[in-house]
Amino acid sequence: MHTDDTISAIITALGTGAVGIIRISGDKSIEIAEKIFVAQSGKYLSAEPSHKMSYGKIKDENDEFVDEVLAVCMKNPHSYTAEDVVEIQCHGGVESLKTILSLTYKHGARPAEPGEFTKRAFLNGRIDLAQAEAVMDIINSRSEASLKLALRQQEGFLSKELKAIREELMGVIVNLEAVIDYPEDDIEDVTYEAVEGHIRSAQSKVEQLLKNAHTGKILREGLKTVIVGRPNVGKSSLLNALLKEDRAIVSEYAGTTRDVIEEQVLIGDVPLVLTDTAGIRETEDFVEKIGVDKSKEMLEKAELAIIVVDGMENLQEEDLEILKVATSKDYVIMVNKVDLGYTETKAKLEKIYGSEHVIEISAKTKAGLDNFIKWLENYAFGKEGTLNEGAYVQNARHEDLLIKAAKNLEDSISACENLLPYDCVTIDVQAAINNMGEITGQAVRDEIINEIFAKFCVGK
Amino acid sequence: MYISDKYDVIVIGAGHAGVEAALAAARMGCKTLLATLSLDNIALMPCNPSVGGPAKGHLVREIDALGGQMGLSTDEACIQMRMLNTGKGYAVHALRAQADKPFYHVLMKKIVENQANLDVKQLMIDKLHVRNDEVVGVEAETGEFFEAYSVILATGTYLRGRIVYGEVNYEAGPNGLRSANKLSNSLLESGVELMRFKTGTPARLDARTLDYSKMEIQAGDEKTRNFSFMSTITEREQVPCWLTYTNKLTHDIINENINLSGMFNGLVEGVGPRYCPSIESKIVRFADKERHQLFVEPEGRNTNEMYIQGMSTSLPADVQLKFLQTIPGLENAKMMRPGYAIDYDCLDPLQLQASLEHKNIKGLFSAGQANGSSGYEEAAAQGLMAGINAVRKLQGKEAFVLGRNEAYIGVLIDDLVTKGTNEPYRMMTSRAEYRLLLRQDNADLRLTEKGREIGLVDDKRYEAFTEKRTSLERAIHYLGGTYINPTDENNAKLVEIGTTPVKTGLSLLELLRRKELNYDKLKSVFTMPEVSDLVEEQAEIFAKYEGYIKKQKSAVEKTLKLENKLIPAAFDYTKIKELSSEAMEKLDKVKPVSIGQASRISGVSPADISVLMIALEVNRQKGEQSEL
Repeated sequence: MHTDDTISAIITALGTGAVGIIRISGDKSIEIAEKIFVAQSGKYLSAEPSHKMSYGKIKDENDEFVDEVLAVCMKNPHSYTAEDVVEIQCHGGVESLKTILSLTYKHGARPAEPGEFTKRAFLNGRIDLAQAEAVMDIINSRSEASLKLALRQQEGFLSKELKAIREELMGVIVNLEAVIDYPEDDIEDVTYEAVEGHIRSAQSKVEQLLKNAHTGKILREGLKTVIVGRPNVGKSSLLNALLKEDRAIVSEYAGTTRDVIEEQVLIGDVPLVLTDTAGIRETEDFVEKIGVDKSKEMLEKAELAIIVVDGMENLQEEDLEILKVATSKDYVIMVNKVDLGYTETKAKLEKIYGSEHVIEISAKTKAGLDNFIKWLENYAFGKEGTLNEGAYVQNARHEDLLIKAAKNLEDSISACENLLPYDCVTIDVQAAINNMGEITGQAVRDEIINEIFAKFCVGK
Repeated sequence: MYISDKYDVIVIGAGHAGVEAALAAARMGCKTLLATLSLDNIALMPCNPSVGGPAKGHLVREIDALGGQMGLSTDEACIQMRMLNTGKGYAVHALRAQADKPFYHVLMKKIVENQANLDVKQLMIDKLHVRNDEVVGVEAETGEFFEAYSVILATGTYLRGRIVYGEVNYEAGPNGLRSANKLSNSLLESGVELMRFKTGTPARLDARTLDYSKMEIQAGDEKTRNFSFMSTITEREQVPCWLTYTNKLTHDIINENINLSGMFNGLVEGVGPRYCPSIESKIVRFADKERHQLFVEPEGRNTNEMYIQGMSTSLPADVQLKFLQTIPGLENAKMMRPGYAIDYDCLDPLQLQASLEHKNIKGLFSAGQANGSSGYEEAAAQGLMAGINAVRKLQGKEAFVLGRNEAYIGVLIDDLVTKGTNEPYRMMTSRAEYRLLLRQDNADLRLTEKGREIGLVDDKRYEAFTEKRTSLERAIHYLGGTYINPTDENNAKLVEIGTTPVKTGLSLLELLRRKELNYDKLKSVFTMPEVSDLVEEQAEIFAKYEGYIKKQKSAVEKTLKLENKLIPAAFDYTKIKELSSEAMEKLDKVKPVSIGQASRISGVSPADISVLMIALEVNRQKGEQSEL
């Protein structure tokens, strides 16, 4: 049950509308908005009168610009939900909306459930009786829908995975609790090593699920990729090779927030969204304009950087600078012009970045392209390189909970590493189990006690 | 029947619940009667001779912090004290005393007999008198009628109690004492719902007939500790316990005779506790376990009776002796009392409010085993709360209810009245979701101020408490505000006490957080406030656990909001068609006072809670409209 935390969601239809709105509602909404919104006037939202629009910028946690927006704060009870509400209007591009939404999550909001703003509005006495039934319907249909979903998940990979993870963690908790509550009983003592081992194993499974969530996202939205490199290393010919390799260009459209051209292309099974393809073409014509600054700007928005270097030459100052910047993202280094037979540059790169990040290619002869495709599929779908039916978390709420679970498990591992006492370790592990319980709807406390008695012969 | 006397509060039963209830009521100024079946068995410990342990020790500290009696008396009657779980974190440190059972009784008898406002009488209460859903008094077998504003049931295992071992089967309270056979019917007639539970106890052996060379000694701690924040005992002569194990022969004898056990021959009807299984249950349920451990514990300084912990049984007496004699150290044992199972009536605690008052019968309170719990400590905790609330009702004050975030007492009572129980309920630390906040070391900081407001904490205790609290606050303030800068001199000192030098200025509090440091080590090289050991420990815990305490506090904050969303007492759940039928039934039975309590009822889903919240709002708006 969360009825009093702060929630946020995109409340306009996703798509190509001119303006998109994100609504944050709850006690912490203004606090959260102030962490991401910087008003032109320099005033804090909380200092502005209620319902006054402020013009300003959204900045991410690295203080990087995201979008220019209008923000309005509606103080309780004079808002839709009768709670403190902040609404942020941005340019409506899907990317911008999602970035801002995920920033609100990062600062403490959680994804709103369907109908939740309306539900809160009603609970806070904002909506009259006539609307009550409609709200009840929403909740009923939601619980029905989630029941159906749960049933589907029951058979599915996600629920199976969660069950296995939960069991592993329950095993840890039950052992710890039995030892704590029955200190003099004949129970084998628990070791930090064993506890940590189980938690690590559970955590890696959660991470895998989150990675699968990543796969789901890539399949839904495409993998934002940028090709960087100093002039004349062959970015353009690589792009052409990729495009020619697979003609399945899905669309070509102007980006939503800035003048960035994006092209969608399917490489192997992976949908890439290549940004600034026009810029690359341009570069080859106007060599002098392009350099590290441009690369930096392009990298900002990308998830994956394809760094192109000229394999025929030794690494130059500019290469090194680009490498330094671009390797802060997920990256792959393409050593172009291998057909010319010079190997020293490649060897040097492999030494610095590891061979798993370096691929030889000839944009001209297309040699090595299949290696790149393999690398990409591996990156997007994991080691097996193939799609696992239903294996990915697609629901934002589930992803949010899994991220929290992973964080809690990380905390518990660090508690084990520092040999913190059991009473601390159990807090994080239980929190993680509770996170997963919110996905599968299982309570935990009574189960622990039942398990202790089922598993151990304890008591006087 | 004739009217004999009139009391504010009458307590039926003088076990651990009854004694605390009666003392609390009398100490809060109410004219109180403590009625017991036998004056020779006040505060009797009919089962194990120990008090405390995980969660139970926490309860004792809480009882003490509120001004109850159990901690003080246990300290005085203690013949061995150990702090268990010391390696597992402060939250689960658990103090456990072996008590001199006869002496504990003598002590408690003396205390209740000399308590102002309190009459102690040997009486068999047969009847509860209720008029217009309100308690008016109780009737004894003598025909005496005692009028009362409130009655507290602390009937333990005496209600239609029945002892079973082998073919032996007779109506009795514990140890063969008289059982209360009529009161159950009277309660049923008044509309009280009863359940049937079972518990058991092992045999007692003659200390002179045991071979201690074959057992492992279990000595008490060297450091003298006390339960009570007011006890000043600094030295204590301790008596050891002994550890030994069953073996295949023991198990064979039990298996061969299993059909003779009261547990298996159909004579025992009640539901027994899983955490306190009889040895025959253990052997059946954990068939591949090669041995079970047992502790041999003295029952007092002046008795030869030894309690055989772990060997609770309802097998015939001869079988008991036979299997016990297969155990190393017990080969020549003589049995002084056989073990037995006991069946008894108790209330379904779902009928109770969190104040422990019955929902439908005003002025009827209930505490301890009568509420389906188990254990001396659980009983005492409820007794104290029932006593307090019976008085507060008379005073027209709101009930004193502790939250799950405030005390184990709160967890205990909330579990009982919200979830009910289908076996005797034992407190465990894993039942408490905010374990790190509810430590046994900070029970006074959590509760003594409340005890003062209630009127159970006297000046002496309150002064000692405020002095400790002030000293702690000052120490924390000093530690937090005193910085150790990275001078050569400071860093040399830090290295000297086995830690790494500082690079930037760190407060003493931040240094105290380091795993390798404690208060004493820091004090050996830096100026630190001179405080008591207990305050030093509090400061250490404050520093070392700060992060986790914050986590728990923020979790508490979240749930408190739901606790504060109240549900009107008269709310009709049966009219909300959107609730699942299971949720409707449970909600209707429990009648939770808040959304928070409703959400803890098993079978009530988050979707049900959403529906409930909306229905409440609809109700509220309708109410507003009709007022217009």
